[in-house]
Amino acid sequence: MTAMVVTAARLGLLACHACALLSRPAAVGAPARCPRCGAHLHHRKPNSIGRTWAFLIAAYILYVPANLLPIMDTSSLFDSQRDTIMSGVVFLWTSGSWPLAALVFFASIVVPLAKLIALTLLLVSVQRRSGWRPYERARLYRFVEFVGRWSMLDIYVVAILAALVQIQSLATIHAGPGAIAFAAVVVLSMFAASAFDPRLIWEPVNEDNG
Amino acid sequence: MTAPTLIACHDCDLLQRETALPAGGAACCGRCGAVLYRRMPESLDRTLAFTLAAGVLFLLANAFPLVGLEVQGQRNATDLLGAVCALWDQDMRMVAGLVFLTTVLSPAIEISGMIYLLLPLRLGRLPPGAGRMLRFLQAVKPWGMVEVFMLGVLVSLVKLAHLASIVPGIALWSFGGLILLLAASAASFNPHEVWARVRL
Ligand SMILES: [Zn+2]
Ligand SMILES: [Zn+2]
Repeated sequence: MTAMVVTAARLGLLACHACALLSRPAAVGAPARCPRCGAHLHHRKPNSIGRTWAFLIAAYILYVPANLLPIMDTSSLFDSQRDTIMSGVVFLWTSGSWPLAALVFFASIVVPLAKLIALTLLLVSVQRRSGWRPYERARLYRFVEFVGRWSMLDIYVVAILAALVQIQSLATIHAGPGAIAFAAVVVLSMFAASAFDPRLIWEPVNEDNG
Repeated sequence: MTAPTLIACHDCDLLQRETALPAGGAACCGRCGAVLYRRMPESLDRTLAFTLAAGVLFLLANAFPLVGLEVQGQRNATDLLGAVCALWDQDMRMVAGLVFLTTVLSPAIEISGMIYLLLPLRLGRLPPGAGRMLRFLQAVKPWGMVEVFMLGVLVSLVKLAHLASIVPGIALWSFGGLILLLAASAASFNPHEVWARVRL
């Protein structure tokens, strides 16, 4: 990398997060609005690290009941069965739908956990003002933002099954309390990802090239 | 103030000069690789066409049953709102709200908002509040998850396949088309071009 790294912040310019227009605030530190689209302008997302931690910790806490409590309650003539996310995956696996079992395992178990761990890693590295592999961390952040939505898969499966399997003489399916916790994990981790400001990753790099 | 050819990366704040792109090309940040802007051929026409078609399929997807289940002569079908209502009735209000937000409300806002923006633009006028609308649509977009919902439908059907015979509904096919059209509309849309027409 060359020694000339010029950021908008260094020139005292603010970039609009919505329409990308560059503008110069009237006074340093004064609340500014984008002259084109009216969005609030910030040098960085306000209190980004604190808010991301708050959402992230809440998501970690709810991750436990999301995986331990049943997300689905199937009662048939003979028995009733409570399924957690993991037992749903096991059911798909044993019934021979391996590709689907792998898909659900990935979307419901790997993605949420990986997302939480990745955001933790990003936060810790940013707080320590680490200059370690900024390019890879920036890509990790974009990947986290992109992949998080797929965790909603199991919520939709429960919603459809609960609506469809209401045949009183045979079987009924109800959503379980785990679904609430799981939905909360997905939403909280989406909030956490959007509260994080990826520009923080580059701050130590900007200074090194100072 | 500033030269109009400068752009700051939204992910790393690096200032870069805007350059002309070939049709279909994308400009990426030289430092972090984020996509800064793209140039789509006939962006406005294509996006509007895809969005109008998506609007039709969205109405179909909500008006008709999604899937039906047939067991021992009994039949039970559900549509999208039926799935939301089932959760609501089972005291899963928050989950029902989330499903409604991500599969009905967000796509509805996205499609109608895009038509509100693009139809007047196609006729050469800027609709009132265009900047505010575009900003709102960007905020709503991450909450539209029709493609994940479609995958959820497929997983549910596999789970039920051993239990009953499944009758795919019109809405299922509409949903499949809707996903493709929304993806095509997003890929051909160039917000940069619309922003350039929003006056300071
Ligand atoms: Zn703006
Ligand atoms: Zn960048």
